Amino acid sequence: MSFEPKIIGFLCNWCSYTGADLAGTARMKYPANLMSIRVMCSGRVDPGFVLDAFRRGADGVLVCGCHPGDCHYVDGNHKCMRRMPLTRRIMKGMGIDPARLRLEWVSASEGARFREIVSEFTEQLRRMGPLELKEIEFDPALEGAHHA
Amino acid sequence: MPKPKLAIYWAASCGGCDIAILDIETKILDVAAFFDVIFWPCAMDFKYDDVRAMPDKSITLTLFNGSIRSSENYEIAQLLRAKSVVLCAFGSCAAEGGIPGLANFHSKEAICEYVYKQSPSLEPGNGTMPQPEVRAPEGLVRIPVLWNTVRSLDQVVDVDYVIPGCPPQSDQIAAVVAAVIDILSNGKPLPPKGTVLGATEKTCCDECKRTRNVKKIKGFIRPFEHLTDPNVCLLEQGIVCMGPATRAGCGAKCVSAGVPCRGCYGAPTNVRDQGAKMASALASVIDSTDPEEIERILDSIPDPLGTFYRFSLAESTLRRTQV
Repeated sequence: MSFEPKIIGFLCNWCSYTGADLAGTARMKYPANLMSIRVMCSGRVDPGFVLDAFRRGADGVLVCGCHPGDCHYVDGNHKCMRRMPLTRRIMKGMGIDPARLRLEWVSASEGARFREIVSEFTEQLRRMGPLELKEIEFDPALEGAHHA
Repeated sequence: MPKPKLAIYWAASCGGCDIAILDIETKILDVAAFFDVIFWPCAMDFKYDDVRAMPDKSITLTLFNGSIRSSENYEIAQLLRAKSVVLCAFGSCAAEGGIPGLANFHSKEAICEYVYKQSPSLEPGNGTMPQPEVRAPEGLVRIPVLWNTVRSLDQVVDVDYVIPGCPPQSDQIAAVVAAVIDILSNGKPLPPKGTVLGATEKTCCDECKRTRNVKKIKGFIRPFEHLTDPNVCLLEQGIVCMGPATRAGCGAKCVSAGVPCRGCYGAPTNVRDQGAKMASALASVIDSTDPEEIERILDSIPDPLGTFYRFSLAESTLRRTQV
């Protein structure tokens, strides 16, 4: 069986979630690998959410917000635009390929674009393979916990 | 009535926590008068076998400093957990891995390779590596096994309370000691398990006396590159100060002296990952909406991971670098 990546998507309420909804109502098909979480704004997406998603088994994280300049809260997406590159640096330092985090701007009318992004990202993660995080939980046996 | 028993232990630590305990000055006499100090390797001569011989739950309070990064640290953590009624993670290392936790950016092999083979201070050609077991003329000699991943105390045993800080501030230690003596003398109830003692719920910025304005940052600098304004927020002046993502309790001592907060009191209440929270705060005050300029500004952050996770890497969401 081929590897099916798990993708967590943080979609902003005003543009991207509506865009994803449009893809649905227009019966456009995209891979079921994406699990969407609706947030009020892409500016709500804390780098900690992204790291937590990876820790809990996500192979990729997709963050989508309104196009720059179109934010419902004026500059929430501008904050996201600066947070995600810094989050990628943290991922790189922790030994996780930064390409596993993707930031895209999707408006409420871009259902087709949303479908393309999800399809393409899923395909990319299939090629990259699963993300395996080691030594998160303490395992005495693994560490040679006792005296030799 | 016999005195309550007190144990103080150091695992992977520098000894600064033990000094901080002595720094409570004359109040140390109250400690000695009230408690029977039955184990404190840094200050007095005790043997592990003395502790092994004690009945379970016979130590009233154990202040455990240092992180867990060897089989010896782990063994004594388990031992003191079994012998103690209350086990308290004392200081950043026990609470969240601390400075030794930065070893989690590397593998054990890479660390040993550098320390024992490449470090410039080594005798040339002497490639001796530590062996867990060596047969000497006197018999078999064993040393503890070094771990690949540094752990905080609560990752390996059950912990009752946390006193953060590198080291915890002496006035806070004195206040905790006074509270403990009061609780034990007057039969008062203990605080709920998991309580962070000797600190507050808010962030270091809350205690900082510097003036705060709207922050708009075009680039980051190191403190020595700039003569800082002593009255204005350091972050506003482009110096990475961990205040926004650090628990208050120290009295903002570093920032009062012109040194940016390093984050030793750990993440504030309801924050799981101090480094990620700092990244979030820092990115939001960058003054740019141009992706290329944003990358350039982010490039100017000196050692972002080592700064954001200086004390909390071992307790962070991802724990370590995947190697």
